[in-house]
Amino acid sequence: MLARTIEVSRRYGDTLALDHVSLDIPQGGVVGLLGPNGAGKSTLINLLVGLRRPSSGTVELFGGDPRAPQSRRRIGVTPQETGLPSTLRVRECVEFVARHFPDSVPPAELLARFDLTDLARRQTGGLSGGQKRRLAVALAFAGRPSLVFLDEPTTGLDVQARRALWDAIRDFADKGGTVVLTSHYLEEIEALADRVVVVGHGRVLADDTVGAIRAMVGIHRVSISAADLPDLPGVVGVEQADGRTSLLTPDADQLVRDLVHAGVPFQGLQVQPTTLEEAFLTLTSTGR
Amino acid sequence: MTSLALTHARFRILETIRIPIAVVGGAFFPAASMLFFVVPFAGDNPEGATFATASMVMFAVMTSCLFTYGVGVSEDRAQPWDPFTRTLPAGPAAAFAGRILAGLTFMAISLLPVVVIGWLFTAATTSATGLLLALGAVVLGALPFTFMGLAIGYALPMKAALAVAQIVFFPLAFGGGLLSAPGQAPGFVETIAPYLPTRGAVELVWAAVGDFHVSATSMLSLAAWTLVMAALAAWAFRRDEGARFS
Repeated sequence: MLARTIEVSRRYGDTLALDHVSLDIPQGGVVGLLGPNGAGKSTLINLLVGLRRPSSGTVELFGGDPRAPQSRRRIGVTPQETGLPSTLRVRECVEFVARHFPDSVPPAELLARFDLTDLARRQTGGLSGGQKRRLAVALAFAGRPSLVFLDEPTTGLDVQARRALWDAIRDFADKGGTVVLTSHYLEEIEALADRVVVVGHGRVLADDTVGAIRAMVGIHRVSISAADLPDLPGVVGVEQADGRTSLLTPDADQLVRDLVHAGVPFQGLQVQPTTLEEAFLTLTSTGR
Repeated sequence: MTSLALTHARFRILETIRIPIAVVGGAFFPAASMLFFVVPFAGDNPEGATFATASMVMFAVMTSCLFTYGVGVSEDRAQPWDPFTRTLPAGPAAAFAGRILAGLTFMAISLLPVVVIGWLFTAATTSATGLLLALGAVVLGALPFTFMGLAIGYALPMKAALAVAQIVFFPLAFGGGLLSAPGQAPGFVETIAPYLPTRGAVELVWAAVGDFHVSATSMLSLAAWTLVMAALAAWAFRRDEGARFS
């Protein structure tokens, strides 16, 4: 077990950010933390990396207290906000972080791996948002970690840079590294995560594989082209896009039968399992 | 001194010298105070000018510590880089030591003009040994204010830190007798001064540059202030979880 929380709660004043959360992070794989803003994802990460203390419960990192420096020797962190000392150069930031670890990646090698070599001499204040983000992610890997925490690592990156970063993260996981990832981009979770932990209202609502989370909710998308639709029973959501109407329902078979019985003229019937995003929205809205 | 502390110091110094006006600004205030308050009033009397220059040095040191550390730390804590560095595998010692080394470096830069003005434009005089001893005295005397600044910075949000530093520095300077020559302060100041860290600190410098004997009370209270402030700074650092919002 690389990290875990046992019955952890954390309050900020009157707000209960985490409510008796127990979570295990074993070695290997990518764990995606999913949840709306304010669900408690960042608080959970802050507890695991020793930035905050739990109000009650226990947090363990490599068997120790994450607030003890030696417990953090094998982790790397990319915080949600990118804050880099603006007058320092890219290479200097990397060197500064690397010196904290007993066996760090040589700065030139790390810069190359994250495609930052050309920026090495630039002051971080002059970088674009995407370049800063790439550096912030690179810094998490400076100490040859076995566990990295990436809090929304690709926010603000364009598609190409995001894919490049995904490759770097996947490469790390393939070599036995463990990743805890939060993201606003469900596509990112679906692309990277082996396991999804859905957090809502400070609690773990679901903890399973991407496929299982989707199946657990069991919502299907029935999409058709139709001019006018009557109200149909069992529809939990309706979306319009590109002239097609998508109906979300837990029982796709019954919905199709109802459509036929209602005599609605429709074309191009498709029935698909929902995306993770839809599963996640359903879970967090009913999770209370 | 660990190499990690030196690393912290090196990067802090780099960060600041890339904004040259910040360095110049830090050196301006003590130099200007010398020109306006010491040169015209005590410039001709060798003993008075020497002690006044020494007092001005300590005054600058205290102000610089309270503001550099108090406001600087508080400002840093509000930046996301600070919580990030706290996830690195290092305890408070390296960051503390690095910050202090960098602070001492800039303090030295800001004190240099004071000493040069004292030497060129007043009758202040001391030996090379005296100057060297004074350097040691300044470093020792700076300790309680360094820790006080760190405690303020780690315990308070920036606007509060600025206010507290402003409120604290004047009574310490005046009460400690920094604004008067040895033995010349108003009676009540002479009574309370030995119990303030400013007095012990400036006595060390006075003794280094001139004919002055430190009092045991001042030295004991300087040591006590240093220890208490160090403990307070360590406590504030430990309980700190970055800038708090509620």
